[in-house]
Amino acid sequence: MLSKEEVRYIAGLSRIHLQENEVEYLTRNLAGILDYIDHLKKLDVSQVPPTSHVLPIKNVYRRDKVKPSFSVQDAVKISPHAYKGFFKVPQVIE
Amino acid sequence: MNLNQLTAHELIDHLKSKKTTPSDIYTAVVKEIERLDPKVKAYLRLTKNKPAFDSNSRLDFPVPISIKDNICIKGEEITCASHILEGFHPSYNAAVIEKIQKCGGILVGQTNMDEFAFGSSTENSHFGPTRNPWNLECVPGGSSGGSAAAVAAHEAIWALGSDTGGSIRQPASFCGIVGLKPTYGRVSRYGLIAFASSLDQIGPLTKDVTDNSLLLNIIAGHDERDSTSADVSVPDYTKSLINDVKGLKIGIPKEYFIEGMDPQVKNAVGEAIEVLEKKGAIFKEVSLPHTEYAVATYYILATAEASSNLARFDGVRYGIRCQPKNSRKGSIVDLYEETRSVGFGKEAKRRIMLGTYALSSGYYEAYYVRAQKVRTLIKNDFDSVFKEFDAIVTPTSPTTAFRIGEKAEDPLAMYLSDIYTISANLAGIPAISLPCGFSKNGLPIGLQILAKPFAEEMLFRIAYSYEQSTPWHTKRVSINA
Amino acid sequence: MPEFETVIGLEVHLQLSTETKIFCGCANLFGREPNTLTCPVCLGLPGSLPVLNKKALMYAIKAALALNCQINSYIKFDRKNYYYPDLPKGYQISQHDLPVAHDGWVMIPASGSFKKINIKRAHLEEDAGKLIHDTFLNCSLVDYNRTGTPLMEIVSEPDLRSPQEAYDYLTTLKLILQYLDVSDCDMEKGSLRCDANISIREKGDLRLGTKTELKNMNSFRAVKAALEFEEIRHQKLLSSGQKIIQETRLWNDEKAMTISMRSKEDAHDYRYFPEPDLVPFTIDEAALQEIKRSVPELPREKFERFLKEYKLAEYDAQILIQNQELAGFFEQCAAFSVETKKVCNWLIGPIQQELNSRGAKINSLQIQPQELCDLIKKIEDGVLSNLVAKDVLKIKLDTGKTIDAIIRERGLTQICDDGTLENLIEEILNENTQVVEQIKQGKESAMGFLVGQAMKKTQGKANPKKIKELITRRFHNA
Repeated sequence: MLSKEEVRYIAGLSRIHLQENEVEYLTRNLAGILDYIDHLKKLDVSQVPPTSHVLPIKNVYRRDKVKPSFSVQDAVKISPHAYKGFFKVPQVIE
Repeated sequence: MNLNQLTAHELIDHLKSKKTTPSDIYTAVVKEIERLDPKVKAYLRLTKNKPAFDSNSRLDFPVPISIKDNICIKGEEITCASHILEGFHPSYNAAVIEKIQKCGGILVGQTNMDEFAFGSSTENSHFGPTRNPWNLECVPGGSSGGSAAAVAAHEAIWALGSDTGGSIRQPASFCGIVGLKPTYGRVSRYGLIAFASSLDQIGPLTKDVTDNSLLLNIIAGHDERDSTSADVSVPDYTKSLINDVKGLKIGIPKEYFIEGMDPQVKNAVGEAIEVLEKKGAIFKEVSLPHTEYAVATYYILATAEASSNLARFDGVRYGIRCQPKNSRKGSIVDLYEETRSVGFGKEAKRRIMLGTYALSSGYYEAYYVRAQKVRTLIKNDFDSVFKEFDAIVTPTSPTTAFRIGEKAEDPLAMYLSDIYTISANLAGIPAISLPCGFSKNGLPIGLQILAKPFAEEMLFRIAYSYEQSTPWHTKRVSINA
Repeated sequence: MPEFETVIGLEVHLQLSTETKIFCGCANLFGREPNTLTCPVCLGLPGSLPVLNKKALMYAIKAALALNCQINSYIKFDRKNYYYPDLPKGYQISQHDLPVAHDGWVMIPASGSFKKINIKRAHLEEDAGKLIHDTFLNCSLVDYNRTGTPLMEIVSEPDLRSPQEAYDYLTTLKLILQYLDVSDCDMEKGSLRCDANISIREKGDLRLGTKTELKNMNSFRAVKAALEFEEIRHQKLLSSGQKIIQETRLWNDEKAMTISMRSKEDAHDYRYFPEPDLVPFTIDEAALQEIKRSVPELPREKFERFLKEYKLAEYDAQILIQNQELAGFFEQCAAFSVETKKVCNWLIGPIQQELNSRGAKINSLQIQPQELCDLIKKIEDGVLSNLVAKDVLKIKLDTGKTIDAIIRERGLTQICDDGTLENLIEEILNENTQVVEQIKQGKESAMGFLVGQAMKKTQGKANPKKIKELITRRFHNA
């Protein structure tokens, strides 16, 4: 059974702040969904290899040749918080 | 009929015989959008950059096309129907947009969707739901509901959507049009804002099978910018529009005809099978024994990948940025948490949390790895069937379009409605949905055909044969605006 | 205090010197204006996708082979998920369970002999951007130029037993990697970075003590200093019955101490899972052999061979091999001259000085191996004095003229003819009567002064040996 504590912890890992009512209904929702998903435990998959890629493609490479980059204007224009060619954020304390 | 009510291939004939011009077609579409969209709400916005109609340009397909709002168009705003991306203008075009523009395609507008493609009804859009043109109280399906509704309402000639668990096929089914999810790797994902990277594909939503094959011709093909793009040559898909299914062996999976299935859907699909049988196709019951595990498998893998793909939406580089009134954990973490709390909708948060959980320490083996193994079993089910059969036929959805709000409070019920479409994404195989009838309430019913990897030609052949023997593709919706 | 044993493991991050970044075509350059080397892929823009730079993989395999590692024949990439402003996707593409290589080793010098340090694994990953903290504006500024630079992470086993061994491991590693030409290996530029893990335990105890991780060391010297500090800190704590807290500590060079990071970051749950946007990679035997062939003779082999083949002293050979090109130049000289000791002295002496002062590489200097040998022979033959030869070298490097031309033009031929020298000595003795008196009184050492005067008068052209002989004869015959 999924606890509210776990839900708060997962929210922290996901960098989402949840209001108390959100913690409430998400705990309910997720518990229900996980309950359904536990259905999978019925299967014996001990001898089954996992599928990470559904197509049998391997070895896709790029040549080590320089392609044009964005100009600094094009790079930072997507941010409303650009400053002198940098992306600006509140001070990060290390 | 108005220009906007024609198919792309009819319009191309008209253009060739100079009965009309690209400008007239575009104007007709825009006019219909102005007339109907206040009711249907298929569009989030028309493209800012209006087309320039140059009489000298040598264009192959100067037909307007509508794009789901998760495919990047340079210089146009893109939101994925989410608040968190508002104001973001990508500085590059998706591969499919490049291909469309190369053959003269005219971008009309960007269509509504479930936020980040999380949903089966387009009710999860931050900008409000789109309505089903056949019944404005009903959902158009999702997540490509905007594209499907636009095409069905003739507010679009044809459109692009994306399909991760059925998001092209199910809305196509609900809206009575044709929707194709190509084989994984058939169409480049470069420029598609990712939901689940190992499941996503861009595909065409069109008024008939012919248009669908034309549009796939344009967008398919290897792209060196997408490592998962298949280096397989693109045939001329229109050559597979053969009205003949004699001798084709088609399987009917017994696990797909279940309790809770709308009997009208069952009948319509049954009748469709009869039509094809009369034309010489051979049907046999087959088994896809791991079908019952598909939804659970999907909701672990897809949400896990999504939780990672959506980590970049954090307010640092683009989109909105929020800070709480009172500091909680320190300024940068606060920025992340507040932006994502304010920016993401309910379903997005739900899926991110579920995905994060499935990947987290202590649960990774039990959930994610286990789901990957079940994925292998599901894929193997299809591989076995396709050894003997040319295709598989199923309903696209267990029901017709449900009412807006009907499933909103029950996420699990919503997830279970994807039962027929999800397996194709897990196995990476191509699948098409086309109309096969109407319910007593006048809501469209969809028939789904599946084939083995890179066998879109088989899908088109069967679909075309069925379509040409039935009247569904000629039925036009009429909405009182 | 009980006897403690120190246990150290090092994680080295190496920026590979490919032309382009690991997953996109942006140029792989250092020191450019902020955000001028980005594209949708390395900025992590929505919809962008990575594609692996083949050269990055080849370089990583080459380095791993030189470090005696086993190369995995099937490798894949994984996502390492965490949030930080310099990480645009909110995850780093790295390798978790199927890295490029594992189980290698290097030999480091230890107590007059060598010691084997095992390497646990080596993998490829992408670098993050750079964060600059602006206290005046009370904000942080992010530059994504460095994002996507190909990194190779080399993790050693905890086999190092002292800060000195750690230092030696780093210098050994750096020299090998420089020979391969896969990285600048420059800690100042950040193309080589090092984190250290250190713990101590009572001698004889087989269990590992609690370790601390050290970061922010910007030179090999700093790594050693940080480990020395931390070693003592651990010893003091344990001796006084306290426990070591497992944590990350930053080295502060100015204060010469490590400081706890004390960040509220949750012990990272990186939620590794296979990168769905990249396919797996297989490395077949043929490709592996081809890369093996491209690995040049490595420093230790060259050292051993120089001792054997050229009978060099260990000290000399050690210096020569520090510079692969210089060592190569030496070998080319050896084809023209048997005076290997003299060649070596010239290379590690005057030539090295010229390389330093000109900031040049040996292959860009205007001198060929044969020419250096010729210069040395001319000294042997008495055509040039040692002193003058050094001047000739300088002129040659400046002008590119031949040695013979320089000697001719400036009349630098050494004066060896007895007649001329006798006259010269006559002059010197007349000019330095006081010193002559001193010598006659018995102060033989003053003869050196007279030799010096003779050299000065002839601008170094006189043959000093002959001058000394003649002067000595003068006094002893008198």
